[in-house]
Amino acid sequence: MSRRNPSTGAEAAAVPRARPLTGRMRGLAARLPLHLTLIGLMVLWSIPTIALLVSSFREPTAIAASGWWNAITEPFDFTIDNYEKVLTQRGMARSFWNSVIITVPSTILVILVAAFAAYAFAWMRFPGRNVLFLVVVALLVVPLQMTLIPVLRLYGNVTIDQELPLLGGNVFGVNSFPGLWAAHVAYGLPFAVFLLRNFFGALPRDLFESAYLDGASDLGVFFRIVLPLSGPAIAALAIFQFLWVWQDLLVALVLLGDPDLAPMMLTINSLVSSFGSQYQLLTAAAFISMIVPLLIFFALQRYFVQGILAGAVKG
Amino acid sequence: MIGRRWWIPWLWLAPTLALLGVFLVYPSVDTIRRSLLDERSKSFVGLDNYRFIIENPQPLVSDTHSALLNNVLWMTWFTVATVGLGLIIAVLASRVRYEAPAKAAIFIPMAISFVALSVIWRFMYVFDADIGTVNAVTTGVGLEPTAWLQDTGSPQTVVTEVGPDKLPKPFQINNFALIMVGVWNWTGFTMIVLSAGLKGISTEVLEAARVDGASEWKIFRRIIIPILSPTIMVVATTLVIQTLKTFDLVWVMTGGRFKTDVVATLFFKEAFVFRDFGVGAALAVVLMLFVVPIMLITIRRFQFQEEIR
Repeated sequence: MSRRNPSTGAEAAAVPRARPLTGRMRGLAARLPLHLTLIGLMVLWSIPTIALLVSSFREPTAIAASGWWNAITEPFDFTIDNYEKVLTQRGMARSFWNSVIITVPSTILVILVAAFAAYAFAWMRFPGRNVLFLVVVALLVVPLQMTLIPVLRLYGNVTIDQELPLLGGNVFGVNSFPGLWAAHVAYGLPFAVFLLRNFFGALPRDLFESAYLDGASDLGVFFRIVLPLSGPAIAALAIFQFLWVWQDLLVALVLLGDPDLAPMMLTINSLVSSFGSQYQLLTAAAFISMIVPLLIFFALQRYFVQGILAGAVKG
Repeated sequence: MIGRRWWIPWLWLAPTLALLGVFLVYPSVDTIRRSLLDERSKSFVGLDNYRFIIENPQPLVSDTHSALLNNVLWMTWFTVATVGLGLIIAVLASRVRYEAPAKAAIFIPMAISFVALSVIWRFMYVFDADIGTVNAVTTGVGLEPTAWLQDTGSPQTVVTEVGPDKLPKPFQINNFALIMVGVWNWTGFTMIVLSAGLKGISTEVLEAARVDGASEWKIFRRIIIPILSPTIMVVATTLVIQTLKTFDLVWVMTGGRFKTDVVATLFFKEAFVFRDFGVGAALAVVLMLFVVPIMLITIRRFQFQEEIR
């Protein structure tokens, strides 16, 4: 689209090394707009994150006085004070731990619960199977807002007002980790069942038939054949469930009132409302919350992409 | 497999069905019921809560018209911009050797939470041109700095100044500033999906068209777009559903002030700040009503896929 002469471009792409030097230069010139546009877009998409990272290491006075881009040219004057402050004085250390407590069990539980259901949907025959599965898929699009008022009222009635050992908070209901786990598992289920059922259903039938003929039970087949073969699907699901719960603000905002139990998203939200222009605190806090998701992204990019292609989207 | 007792499948399904029942099915029905009751869910008020949304009697406290309009704005501009940019980047990236890093750069924001994104972009949008990156650029090219998140101005200011002051302004600057953040975040998603679709187009078809002398633009319009159009539809549907749920971004960046509320943020205020469960529930039902047609389309497509499976 940016090439003046399409045939030149096509050849350049197909056999670049076979061409004489002048031809390659001409091809490059023709493709220059393409490269400029693409690199421009890459820069545009990277700058905000870089601005955040650079600013989080600058002195508060410097952030308030000059743009982050000055930090690259001035004599290097970076500090980790901002991180120390948000972690110790603004509760981000505690919140990081809370995010882990909330996210890890929610992720493991949703995989387990959904895998059982997906196995039944994929390999068992029972009346209403297809209709029921469609209902589960349909629940994918129900806005969480539709459920929050009744869930909060319900939790008000079932709250067990005793301290949960080790982790803190109530045993169940509002202001409790188990209450939040249950909600996050339930909200993650429609996608999880959908993804796993499609994956399980695509496993070869022979595998199951020979196992059943050998007298294997459902549980045996499930744990020894289905789960080990489903590594990629489970990995994609785990990544997305982890990210959704890690990044959730809405559910925590409704079900957790106690700042001691707040995950990072909730803490950053309160930091924004009380210190809206103190960007040394906000940028450091935001970056702390991004470390784990970014690590997951770079380490497991392949599964991340597979999950997106399988229909995973932020809830 | 054949001698399985009838209740065995239900045992495997039980945890899922119980959780979905308690957290999704029952609450959805209950929310519909509460939308017909007063703010404490005590007495029946008929359609009063829906009348509140339609008549917008308290535009200063909870501007329902502006929220609905903003959701429509999000639905259209966000979806069009995200799909367009994603498609362009996918096509451009497929023609260079640094495709992987190019795609990674666009995709990284997908890994960042809306809350962190909001912090990033509040910082980018700072009014002071010495600090705020966006205003540094606009003043650099000779324009005035803009209060991107507060400015409710628009090309239509003239019209609304003549008319009643409380009319929502459809093209507020701050709404577009918010939508741009969403676009920045989600373009990676459309790019990844469309790029996978592009890989599925056989290179022979494209080469044949080039040999026949078709221009790159013609190839894009006559071959790439038609082949990708089912994928584009799927992506657009997903995005529309996402925009209906937009909450975190608006909540953290503006808190819905300066007429940036969307239905989801207004719902949160009504239900959990003002504690009016009636109007809150009605707003949730309105969101659901937007989603239903999309849900039906998705199910039909799914059934179709099952039939050809």
